[in-house]
Amino acid sequence: MRYLPLTDTDRAEMLAVVGAPSIEALFADVPQAARLAGPVDLPLHQGELEVERALGRLAGRNRAAGAGPFFCGAGAYRHHVPASVDHIIQRSEFLTSYTPYQPEIAQGTLQALFEFQTQVAALTAMPVANASMYDGSTACAEAVMMAARVTRRGRAVLSGGLHPHYAEACWALAHSAGVATERLAAAIDSEAAVIAAIDADTACVVVQTPNVFGTVTDVTTLAAAAHAAGALLVVVTTEAVSFGLLKPPGEMGADIAVAEGQSIGNALNFGGPYVGLFACREAHVRQMPGRLCGETVDAAGKRGFVLTLSTREQHIRREKATSNICTNSGLCALAFTVHMTLLGETGLRRLAEINHARARTLRAALARIPGVEILTPRYFNELAIRLPKPAAEVVEALAGRDIIGGVPFSRLDPAAGLDDVLLVCATETTPQDDIAALAAALTEELSQ
Amino acid sequence: MTALAAGRPTRPQVANEDVSEPEAHGLVQDEPLIFELGGWTKTGVDLPEPELDASDLAGLTRAAPIGLPGLSEPETLRHYVRLSQKNHAIDLAIYPLGSCTMKHNPRLNEKMARLAGFADIHPLQPQSTVRGAIALMDQLAHWLKTLTGMPAVALSPKAGAHGELCGLLTIRAALQARGDARRTVLAPVSAHGTNPATAAIAGYQVVEIAQTDDGRVDIADLAAKLGPDVAAVMVTNPNTCGLFEREVIEIARLTHAAGAFFYCDGANFNAIVGRVRPGDLGVDAMHINLHKTFSTPHGGGGPGAGPVVLSAALAPFAPAPWVVDGPDGPRLVEQNVGEAAQAFGRLCAFHGQMGMYVRALSYMMSHGADGLRQVAEDAVLNANYVKARLSGALTPAFPDGPCMHEALFDDAWLEGTGITTLDVAKALIDEGFHPMTMYFPLVVHGAMLIEPTETESRREIDRFCDALLRLAAAARAGDVARFKGAPFKAPLRRLDETAAARKPRLKWTPAAAG
Repeated sequence: MRYLPLTDTDRAEMLAVVGAPSIEALFADVPQAARLAGPVDLPLHQGELEVERALGRLAGRNRAAGAGPFFCGAGAYRHHVPASVDHIIQRSEFLTSYTPYQPEIAQGTLQALFEFQTQVAALTAMPVANASMYDGSTACAEAVMMAARVTRRGRAVLSGGLHPHYAEACWALAHSAGVATERLAAAIDSEAAVIAAIDADTACVVVQTPNVFGTVTDVTTLAAAAHAAGALLVVVTTEAVSFGLLKPPGEMGADIAVAEGQSIGNALNFGGPYVGLFACREAHVRQMPGRLCGETVDAAGKRGFVLTLSTREQHIRREKATSNICTNSGLCALAFTVHMTLLGETGLRRLAEINHARARTLRAALARIPGVEILTPRYFNELAIRLPKPAAEVVEALAGRDIIGGVPFSRLDPAAGLDDVLLVCATETTPQDDIAALAAALTEELSQ
Repeated sequence: MTALAAGRPTRPQVANEDVSEPEAHGLVQDEPLIFELGGWTKTGVDLPEPELDASDLAGLTRAAPIGLPGLSEPETLRHYVRLSQKNHAIDLAIYPLGSCTMKHNPRLNEKMARLAGFADIHPLQPQSTVRGAIALMDQLAHWLKTLTGMPAVALSPKAGAHGELCGLLTIRAALQARGDARRTVLAPVSAHGTNPATAAIAGYQVVEIAQTDDGRVDIADLAAKLGPDVAAVMVTNPNTCGLFEREVIEIARLTHAAGAFFYCDGANFNAIVGRVRPGDLGVDAMHINLHKTFSTPHGGGGPGAGPVVLSAALAPFAPAPWVVDGPDGPRLVEQNVGEAAQAFGRLCAFHGQMGMYVRALSYMMSHGADGLRQVAEDAVLNANYVKARLSGALTPAFPDGPCMHEALFDDAWLEGTGITTLDVAKALIDEGFHPMTMYFPLVVHGAMLIEPTETESRREIDRFCDALLRLAAAARAGDVARFKGAPFKAPLRRLDETAAARKPRLKWTPAAAG
């Protein structure tokens, strides 16, 4: 058993030091009836080679996104991550360290988090950002709870353009604490409906841009309407690369900006682990959830970093904490920060522009197909199209041709009555040839 | 000064033609923030410059500078490798944080999680194209259910505290389904802070259960506080004092008799994995920190994963997604319809922490049923060995009987020395070790909670114990300076956390840089 250093001699000698006759004696407090006599009914230990073979077989039964044409987005995006990012996050000192509770010997993690917070604040154009949340959806749910604390109101209005999974995550976190979430009907461009839904008990309005249908929205008017009613505006972004090209939440009146940060530095990973970005106004910093890293000095006057404002947190405040979050997404945040450092402003802007250019190419190719209707008016790198057939069927048929053709909206929200809507996405990883292959295959499928 | 010279590590930095202060001691470099190093126009990636056609963006483009510096690839690597060297890590020495289970992270698991068939698949691509991924989730579920003796598991929670929330919301939904609106959760005073925090978020008021003198749940107090308003009893077992709750079966019985559910915080499952099944103890729900017991790396604060095993009574109310058997093998149920009609909803987007599932399964398969049993035995043996070696000089909080996976000391041994638990922790850094968990659990004065885990060799544990014994001798000898100013040898001296909280500076700003 290669992960266990003790030898039988060690065990015997250590038991003698302890003064216990046997290992069994150390489990004396376990009720006799609950002690298992032997190993549970699972396979016995295996060598690296055997484990690698077994897991390799399972991996081989999945069609990797990079193995052929691929057009999925809807909250998770395939981008190229430079090789050095993965090298850094596999450094022992980052990979195998804990939450930085002892700052004197965790400055590496802490300084990287401080850089992360600064980058997130810059990207969202917000004054402060925290040290990460689990993912975009849980960051969104925490934003609703925070808005309820700040405004002391009990209702959140969720835009019809919000990712349905995000809306469900909001409900899960909020409903039992007495915060109601009113989810508006799915809509491609829905600002007017959101404004109409604001009332005197509204703690916040949650709006996504680019939204789940890919629509890019100027939420400035919405911000004014929310503020006029005493509500906060929560702006959600699931594609962090879009910050390189689009007007950021902080320039449109957002009070809280949350985002899925997976696009920068992190692989698709079948949905996780990802990294939630969370930023807000300075005035609300003590109502924020999650860890915060702050600057200070050591006893010799040198600059250093610590986790701070812990009196918001569960390990100090217990049932009065702003959130129950403890472990967050430290290593994914580091990947984000290293990738962002490699990109810099120049690289991020270029990357965003390339993404938009690919989406323009995709849009043009799809618009030419008979029966396809482009639904998204303004888009970054993904858009919704209407098909003359149920989108789920078309996607299955395309998969039969080894093309992963996008996400049927019905997969996210079967009750929305949008079975014919397909969400398609193109990034810098989408070659021109693949777009042509999708267009050709879709043309054939729709003509049958 | 040329760029080349600036990059040479042996040459001091030159600014304004003055020779600056040394920026390193030994090989540890002082490292500025990227905002002080960068390159506002520099980039470490080669991307073509496209012609931007913004006609589909309705003027919503970003005009103002973002404020993000960039670095070339070699500068980026050097920056972050230099930062890494300021961190302690399990790969460097024992990391004895009690309750955190800092064990070895096998690199095989990292390799497996990076296979394209796991890392490069999208959560919403057709299920027919990810059969292997769903089968992996099914296998992981099988291992977790078998090891815990529980019939169901909700995989999606993203960390332990998220698992607690999943468990309590599942319990809430089950109670609601029988028209029973209970408002209280009971938890011991020694509970992790996440327990009361989670209960509050789940809409419950938290009532504390007293603890006995021997560090366990006070059964009489529990019985007195149980009643028709109690939804759940949350107990960590082994508990945060490192002790097995001897009366756990009675706790379950009393809880069930009152119509409540028994939630177990599984943070300390490492102590009993393969030897005790929580299902045999009457547990209704328990989260498992895959980043503790099943060795997925802590990564400086995550990502974690917190699957929740569930009893048959709670299973129908678990959140989506579910893995169920289908004609083509296991498939994912992603909506609360059909067999999942009673599910309380969805905790997060997609299917949870797939990357962690792969690592955890790789770890479990490597150990097997026999190895995991040995894990628990060695973890418990190592902790008892620490307790035995230190008991003469330090004061164990619960001297009688064995501990489980962690050894808990109070600060009685420091009485009259003027030295605190915090000072001991910081002095331990100068001895070359990461401190133990301090001041937790709250029920023990000046608590020092030491969890060596099973992946420490006897030699390493001896080195650690020797260091603490040296410090104990120094404390007795009145060498207060060794403690009060510590650490002296770390990359930084003791940090002023009060100042940080008083006037928070949470990001770099050009003004602050002067």
